[in-house]
Amino acid sequence: MKKFDLLLTGVGGQGNILASDIIGDVALAAGYDVKKTDTLGMAQRGGSVISHLRLAEKVYSPLIQEGEVDILLGFEKLETVRWANYLKPGAVAIVNNYAIPPLSVNQGLEHYPTDEEVRQIIGQRTDKLYLVEGTAKALALGNARTLNILMLGCLAGFLPFETKAWQEGIAAHLPERLLKLNLTAFEMGRKEIR
Amino acid sequence: MKKLLSGNEAIALGAYHAGVRVATAYPGTPSTEILENISQFKDVYTEWSTNEKVAMEVALGACYAGARTMVSLKQVGLNVAADPFLAAATTGVKGGLVVVDADDPGIHSSQGEQDNRHFAKLAKIPILEPTDSQSAYDLMRLAFDISEQFDTPVMLRTTTRISHSKSVVEITGKRDLKPQVMEFPRQMQKYVMLPVNARSRHPLMEERLVKLAEYAESFTFNRLAKGEKALGIITGGIAAQYAKNVFPKATILELAMTYPLPVKLIRQFAAMVDRIFVVEELDPFLEENIKALEINVIGKEFLPRMGELNSDVVTAAAVKAGLLPAGKPLEKINLPNRLPMRPPLLCPGCPHSGIFYVLSGLAQRLKLPGAKGDRPSTLTITGDIGCYTLGAYPPLNAMDTTACMGASIGQAIGMEKAGLNQKVVAVIGDSTFLHSGITPLVDAVYNQSKITVLILDNSTTAMTGHQEHPGTGLTAKGEPAGRVVLENIVKGIGVNDVKVVDAFKVKELRAALKDSLERDELSVVIVRGACAVKEPKRANPRAIDKDLCNQCGICLLIGCPAIQTEGKQPMIDATMCMGDACTVCEQLCPRKAIQPAPSMKAGGSK
Repeated sequence: MKKFDLLLTGVGGQGNILASDIIGDVALAAGYDVKKTDTLGMAQRGGSVISHLRLAEKVYSPLIQEGEVDILLGFEKLETVRWANYLKPGAVAIVNNYAIPPLSVNQGLEHYPTDEEVRQIIGQRTDKLYLVEGTAKALALGNARTLNILMLGCLAGFLPFETKAWQEGIAAHLPERLLKLNLTAFEMGRKEIR
Repeated sequence: MKKLLSGNEAIALGAYHAGVRVATAYPGTPSTEILENISQFKDVYTEWSTNEKVAMEVALGACYAGARTMVSLKQVGLNVAADPFLAAATTGVKGGLVVVDADDPGIHSSQGEQDNRHFAKLAKIPILEPTDSQSAYDLMRLAFDISEQFDTPVMLRTTTRISHSKSVVEITGKRDLKPQVMEFPRQMQKYVMLPVNARSRHPLMEERLVKLAEYAESFTFNRLAKGEKALGIITGGIAAQYAKNVFPKATILELAMTYPLPVKLIRQFAAMVDRIFVVEELDPFLEENIKALEINVIGKEFLPRMGELNSDVVTAAAVKAGLLPAGKPLEKINLPNRLPMRPPLLCPGCPHSGIFYVLSGLAQRLKLPGAKGDRPSTLTITGDIGCYTLGAYPPLNAMDTTACMGASIGQAIGMEKAGLNQKVVAVIGDSTFLHSGITPLVDAVYNQSKITVLILDNSTTAMTGHQEHPGTGLTAKGEPAGRVVLENIVKGIGVNDVKVVDAFKVKELRAALKDSLERDELSVVIVRGACAVKEPKRANPRAIDKDLCNQCGICLLIGCPAIQTEGKQPMIDATMCMGDACTVCEQLCPRKAIQPAPSMKAGGSK
């Protein structure tokens, strides 16, 4: 059984915690030991949100060590490069090409990393960077909140789970009325990375 | 059945299967979800209590009546509940009483870092510490048995990393509740703590500790895993996971009952290994208690006393102690520029933004972009604990102190009475006022204080995730409840000048606050407006007309996350703006450049 250490990063409200919950359930159903831990600040909205998700035969620590992340799923660019030191050399980094600038950037006090800088930072650890148009595609679907399921679609090809297992995992966490749209988002995500 | 559960979910389910009948709490990160989960079970009485002290007292009464009862609170919540907690330790229980204490190493969302294991030692009661969700579930079920067997409250101590991590739980039990008559036969010596009776309880408490230490020797959740002789590890709680990660070959004693200690077992362990390293988070609690047995161990001279541990931190300590060879760490990534931080902010449409803008303006603290120099503040603002503590950050800069629940009012009285050279305003939220703000307001009336108190009433306990409280009219289960009206309390205490103002009307807020500050008497302003996250209505987001806008920057001083800039041009993110429910920026714009977005007015399409 191959171990997978996944880091999901984003900004509060983007739905990355739900995404990590779904991966955890799918992995549990596939016979993995699973540990998952979320770190979020004290704000209700707009703070930095990170989930550590560990899948293996047996997992002790819920926190991943620096330099051990196999797959990083980034929902926002700044929150992705912030955790770049956690990447293992040669890791996979799937990053939503979307910026949510913090207040200090809006006030012109600080610099938001350019796309070139994002590539250069991640590139110091791995050349497997996939910058995907997650938010743009989700908006095209008519619902920005499908971003998290679309990102799961992008991830699916890197994990050993069957499509049916993903669909069941998604169905277990979403209300019926949103399911069809989200399964479409999942398929769109799959097509983003080939 | 196997399920992925958070520590808090596992604690709730464990308590349910153990037959808990009454559960009380006041919300506090990271403990909040325990009561939220328990409240979903119909046959458990659950309540959000007014504060942790009341929660503990209600729990004490329930367990005296014979019910299995639990209280859940965060580490600083136990400070509030300390008095009845120690009283419970003295009288003992009838039905099992479990106090679930959730510490916050690393201070993710607290006003301080403290190791509450000391509290259990002070109270002379046992501590159980889970290492993951499975042990949280299992220990919760045992905690009630131990409580009843030894006539003692039991502390089940978690930390943020246990409470908020999910791991696999094999659910083995089910709710097994036998009909029970709740009765309270009068026992004066046990329950009436007159000095003469308290004196007779104390030897029983000491005896209880001796018996518990004996029980700990054969407590099956204290686990000894034999490995190599060279290194022994004594650990507990989340630290046990890091220790098992970092020292796969060591002999490990994992303690689930971390007080009182199994002395014989520890001596036996010490004889098995050459060196002992105690791996625990925060204070050297196990370490000091083991050293008191004259057993030689190392620990906090290598491990930090502050913050959370993790495998990297434990590895570094092991290298420093010479227990592991130094590895070759990966070279750190070079960053071309410093990365901007993302400090927590008030949400778009937050009902606190308008009053903070007004307060900051009246105190001469608002600083327009490009303005030269600071003017001296004309007010001192004592603050409290809640979302509104975020008003301390720029650009609002509208809070000068935050200590503990309810402290703002007392601090303001103290500053005034000390003869402070300017007027003092106390800022406190609705839930915090009900929790701990009433008694200091009584003090203000009694001692003829002339401070101004702002009660920011968003009708919920927002920061912990929107729990009900005595002012909302709903119970923890969401059912209709009695409702306490803030202005009635304030008037009832004897405050003469009480104003209630709409949180989204800037002019009225400014007029009310100016009036209060000019008065030579105690004044209370209740600023009322629904929490934006709870408010589902989101219509007509605002937009900035670039032709009218002269980029003065006033709208940026609200600190609203929906107002962003492109170059120097402010713009409003329509997906974030609360629209009609707020309009604070529209009211403040001197050029009337902020209006409902035209496309949205026309029905959504451009």
